[in-house]
Amino acid sequence: MDQIPILKIGDTLLVSIQVDMHDRLALALQDDLTAKIVASRARGVMIDISALEIVDSFIGRMLNNIAAMSRILDAVTVVVGMRPAVAITLVELGLSLTGVKTALNVDKGLALIRQMIDGQEGSLDRREE
Amino acid sequence: MIVEKSDTMSVTTSEDVVRVRQKVRAQAVVLGFSLVDQTKIVTAASEIARNTVLHGGGGRMDMDTVRQSGRVGLRLVFSDKGPGIPDVARALVDGFSTGGGLGLGLSGSKRLSNEFDIKSTVGEGTTVTLVRWK
Repeated sequence: MDQIPILKIGDTLLVSIQVDMHDRLALALQDDLTAKIVASRARGVMIDISALEIVDSFIGRMLNNIAAMSRILDAVTVVVGMRPAVAITLVELGLSLTGVKTALNVDKGLALIRQMIDGQEGSLDRREE
Repeated sequence: MIVEKSDTMSVTTSEDVVRVRQKVRAQAVVLGFSLVDQTKIVTAASEIARNTVLHGGGGRMDMDTVRQSGRVGLRLVFSDKGPGIPDVARALVDGFSTGGGLGLGLSGSKRLSNEFDIKSTVGEGTTVTLVRWK
């Protein structure tokens, strides 16, 4: 009941936040996602926040944390679907989400994740040569 | 300034913070706030409500509709009987945090409001007032 579902599509985990999360739910998602990255050996994480009417400093911190944790676990994170009013408010709040990659929608997000994963592998290949 | 009482609610749990967001949103819609203004006041309310729960040990929110010289606005008053803030000026600086957060709650909410007031007495509690005009 009180859990945000995490879907696996290929090597990417997809989370679509459809409810107004209270803080404990946001923390649970952060933990679940970190565990799932390791268990599923995912290389990409996409978080769809198109249904979120606000992102306050707590949710913002959660997005930052997820991006940082997945980076350490060798996965890339892209946040998609932020509403314009949310973006305006976030900046005024003082949160610029500098560590988080964003894309306008799920399609563009998947393409960006693909590109980042391929880019990492590409640079690794070159180093090995 | 004409004040019309709209609502009052207890703010003690993290679920209450969500309810605060929903109530403030609903009233901002009733008053005809633009989407951006709705988002700003709801976000500010969320930050202060969380402070009331985490730092104030719980408290309440009074939500009023205010009218002044032809303008209409939403006034939110969050009050708690918690430990109070020893140095309010410092608490309003970006990045200052005692709760392990980002320290943007108070300073950010001030930026998101048209009027902002905070009164705090150590040992007695804290009252934060936000007004956003339409």
